[in-house]
Amino acid sequence: MKFTIDWLKNHLDTKFNNNQIIDKLTNIGLEVESFESSTSELDTFIVAKIINAKTHPNADRLKLCDVDIGGDKTIEVVCGAPNAKNGLLTVYAPPGSIIPKNQMKLSVSKIRGVTSYGMLCSESELLLSNESDGIIDLKNNKYANKIGEKYFKNTSEKVIDLSITPNRPDCLGVRGIARDLSAAGAGKLKINKKSNLKYRGNQNINVTIKKEKVQGCTTFGSCLIKGVTNKESPKWLKDKIKSLGQKPISAIVDITNYVMFDLNRPLHAYDADKIDNEIIVRSSSKGESFEALDNKKYILENDMCVISDRSGVLGLGGIIGGTRSGTEYSTKNILLESAYFLPRSIRKTSKHLNIDTDAKFRFERGVDPLSIEEGLIKASELIKQICGGEISNLDVKKIENYKKTIINFDPFLFEKTTGFNVENKELIKILEKLGFNVSKNKKILKLLVPSWRPDITQSIDIVEEIVRIKGYEHINTSEPVKTRLKPTLNYYQKLFHFLQRSVASKGYLETVTWSFTDSKINQLFKENDQEIPIVNPISSDLNVLRNSIFPNLIFYLKKNLDRGFKDISLFEIGPAFKGKNPGDQLTVIGAVKAGKVSRLSWNDKERNVDTFDVKKDVIQSLCEAGIYKDDIVIDDKTPSYYHPGKSGGVYQNKNEKNALAYFGEIHPNIIKKLDINTESLVIFEICLDYIKESKQKIKDLKSEYKFSDFQKSERDFAFIINKNFKSQELVNIIKSVDNKLIKSVRVFDVFEGENIPEGKKSIAVNVTIQSEEKTLNENDLDNINKLIISSVESKSGAKIRS
Amino acid sequence: MSDIKKIKDDYIDKLNTENNIDKVNNIKTELFGKNGILSNEFKKLGSISVEKRKELASDLNNIKDELQNKISTKIQEIETKEINLKLEREKIDVTLPERDIEIGKIHPVSQVIDEISSIFSEIGFSVEEGPDVENEYNNFTALNTPDNHPARDMHDTFYLDNNKELLLRTHTSPVQVRTMLKGKPPFKIIAPGRTYRSDSDQTHAPMFHQVEGLHIDKNINMGHLKGCLNYFIKEFFEVDKIKMRFRPSHFPFTEPSAEVDIGYEIKNGKIVIGEGNKWLEILGCGMVHPNVLKNVKVNPSKYQGYAFGIGIDRLGMLKYGINDLRAFFETDYRWLSHFGFDPLDVPSNYRGLSR
Repeated sequence: MKFTIDWLKNHLDTKFNNNQIIDKLTNIGLEVESFESSTSELDTFIVAKIINAKTHPNADRLKLCDVDIGGDKTIEVVCGAPNAKNGLLTVYAPPGSIIPKNQMKLSVSKIRGVTSYGMLCSESELLLSNESDGIIDLKNNKYANKIGEKYFKNTSEKVIDLSITPNRPDCLGVRGIARDLSAAGAGKLKINKKSNLKYRGNQNINVTIKKEKVQGCTTFGSCLIKGVTNKESPKWLKDKIKSLGQKPISAIVDITNYVMFDLNRPLHAYDADKIDNEIIVRSSSKGESFEALDNKKYILENDMCVISDRSGVLGLGGIIGGTRSGTEYSTKNILLESAYFLPRSIRKTSKHLNIDTDAKFRFERGVDPLSIEEGLIKASELIKQICGGEISNLDVKKIENYKKTIINFDPFLFEKTTGFNVENKELIKILEKLGFNVSKNKKILKLLVPSWRPDITQSIDIVEEIVRIKGYEHINTSEPVKTRLKPTLNYYQKLFHFLQRSVASKGYLETVTWSFTDSKINQLFKENDQEIPIVNPISSDLNVLRNSIFPNLIFYLKKNLDRGFKDISLFEIGPAFKGKNPGDQLTVIGAVKAGKVSRLSWNDKERNVDTFDVKKDVIQSLCEAGIYKDDIVIDDKTPSYYHPGKSGGVYQNKNEKNALAYFGEIHPNIIKKLDINTESLVIFEICLDYIKESKQKIKDLKSEYKFSDFQKSERDFAFIINKNFKSQELVNIIKSVDNKLIKSVRVFDVFEGENIPEGKKSIAVNVTIQSEEKTLNENDLDNINKLIISSVESKSGAKIRS
Repeated sequence: MSDIKKIKDDYIDKLNTENNIDKVNNIKTELFGKNGILSNEFKKLGSISVEKRKELASDLNNIKDELQNKISTKIQEIETKEINLKLEREKIDVTLPERDIEIGKIHPVSQVIDEISSIFSEIGFSVEEGPDVENEYNNFTALNTPDNHPARDMHDTFYLDNNKELLLRTHTSPVQVRTMLKGKPPFKIIAPGRTYRSDSDQTHAPMFHQVEGLHIDKNINMGHLKGCLNYFIKEFFEVDKIKMRFRPSHFPFTEPSAEVDIGYEIKNGKIVIGEGNKWLEILGCGMVHPNVLKNVKVNPSKYQGYAFGIGIDRLGMLKYGINDLRAFFETDYRWLSHFGFDPLDVPSNYRGLSR
């Protein structure tokens, strides 16, 4: 909402200066976005000085000027003026400026092969005189220290731009703003002058409001103004319209706009001679159409509120008028409309047709239903004053009466809500100044809500009015109460926190990427999940919710590789969406690792990152988050975006159905499809939701501390075993030989090939044996060895290597 | 006596010039071995007279001690020399680079969420969460923003179906609804998380982060709201004093509503929070609207309280001098390394919010 202080003072007697008014507006909830002169097309013209004028290399009559325009660098401008010379002060127009004489927009252009950035101007080009022989020669004494400043003074009045919240339609008119200011003690609201308008004759165009299933209009007021001379608006009115940031059109249109911004009372003027017999306010039928004042043709649906005559639709009530009945300079007779349209209907229609107008903006928020006559009178007076003509009696058709809102307000609610007290006397004064009618019934205030405040419906709204006008600075600051109702974080929130920092500590950079992604990339990772398209995506490459955390991670990994980074570790923790309903989401960590380990190392051999790098990272992170390593089970079933032979799933224990993590190389097809350029790419993911909540705190989980000081022995074994036999199985077999004596089993060598039969491999393990009761003798150890060998051989088909 | 004295002198001379550890050991054997010279001299003691024996024995013992000392000193000397020589040879260039350090980082958004959670934890708030996909009711209607309400225009919503029933939450406020529907008052929660609006330019991203706050009890009024936010802002920006302004505003789900500005100034091209005469809007808040309480089955005549919503990304930008919101979500390795936080740098009260 834009207006000038001047305009405000039409409604408000105030001793406040501009800054006080600005502060007050913000303090009562009418946020000032800006307070500055409206921009002018002439702002771009600036004072400049020619530093060096040399002859154009390709044209004798042109000059190439280095021009100082107040910045660090000079600008090169090609100029044809004979008077362009070193030291000349003149006016410079940068590219983008519009030259007043011919309304041409300047652009950077090449003149005879040399680029010219903007133009030096003559008086005639700026419409200052007819002098066109040379560029302007500014007087040294006046302009020498103004280089870079605007040449034209911006004389327009400063404009206040308010951001009006949707609950305050009354402040979409200057009078409403003045009323709020007066309630807040910033002056006195001026009383509207009584109109002494003389009416002649009746409004003889018949108006009917049809009762409809979906009612759009309840009141339609109008009057005829006959014998007007439409013309350009007088300067004061043009200035007002311009201060709104709008273009003056004609006196009649400008007046209706002026009244709309003055009183928040939208009006519409029809050329009465173009109306076919009568006005019918009704709902449209599907397929009806009309050409609107924005020069677009609209095809209507059912149940849109239209103003029509016998020939059809004239306009959309409260939204936009039509060209067929629009006023022109030649218009002689006017039908002026002041109506009440229902917010719901306005909003629905304008949304459907995608029309936004000042009238629509106001009606959808709620225009004062009792301002019909006031608007007609104010506009008629101005029309008569500027365009002449005779005004008919006002005709107001109604199918519904305005219903008053009455609130019984207990002043105690104010203190209960705000924490401070305001005397009843002051409270009543504030409300009365805002337009409430207040009567007292013991402790309760009976409040009649002003018709221009559709937002006020209950007691809490009254509290807000009073505290807003009184000032939020009166609210006390109470020290926060530290009472706690429950622990800050629950198990999964703690887990989130732990795992996030645990993964980061393994050298991964955390990133945050969009929850949506490109369906084409998502496709590669979504497995059996249904795709979740966004109906109105921000762009076609962010058109679905991500089913997996990887599409964006891989996308950005590629971007970083393309930036020239080679060794990259990234991770994200966030949602992966499994369905389109609320809650169909999992919290997942996804991590990617690309490139080499020990690249260009002077002491270590460099190698590609591999599956066991990420396996270490994922297992260590899980252990740090409280999962027991000894319980973890690995298998080789993984989603299809993993390399089928070089990836694994991690299970919290042998009974779990869902893998809580996967790790491994990414499928080579994906690398190829996405054109990822790296030596090696391994990934892992952890699904936090699949981690089983531990019901016990760590203090309850710690088992008894036991240790043995008896001598421990280590024995090495090498087995020849089927190539596909899993080392995890072998280790388990060995451990199960004697859970008490066998303390650890470590695989220290695996190989195939030379000396090993086709389809077999050799696995070497180191077994630590220790008793908690005695030192084992050779005999004991031999027995265990034999048992290990026989168990492994019988359970796995392996053979001990001799 | 002179014999053994001579032996002693000879061997001392020998040892003085000897630098080879093996040869020193040989000398030791020559003197003290089974048939060593001194050992033999000791053996002879038995065959001489008692008087002489005493004297000779004492001399022999002295000589023995002297020689033994000499030998062990020598050995030590040589060993030290050898170790020093060895160490000299083994010297490496320690300025050569160490093995690669892999430095991981925590994203500023995560760090700021942890900072916020830590601050509110201190005053008794617990953390709640809600889904990113919401239904229309929780995101709007329950929050007193019925369909056809112009306030909905302030939120450019992403929809998942044509009936506009399912959407990406436009704010964290639906967590209020979920929390109150599933529990009984009092409530004292914050809810950080992702939020979405179909808006994209220099200062807006289609996804951003908010933290919702809700405190409902029997006598919670606007003074508590002011106190809570005042505390939070001071703690968050880690300043002693903060210039703060509560300004009336409008949100459909709070009444009265306020926006909070903090004072700032630009010093040497950097933003300084807490001072100066410029205002920066940082959050919206208010007393939970009775209509909202009714919608979530809380009796507004018994319970009341406040709610607030803070833009997390914006707070992070202000605190850590980050200019471009879009960069938060662009995964530029350089940016993440530069603005990221060490994983061990966990915000907490006792260790300090930030380093």
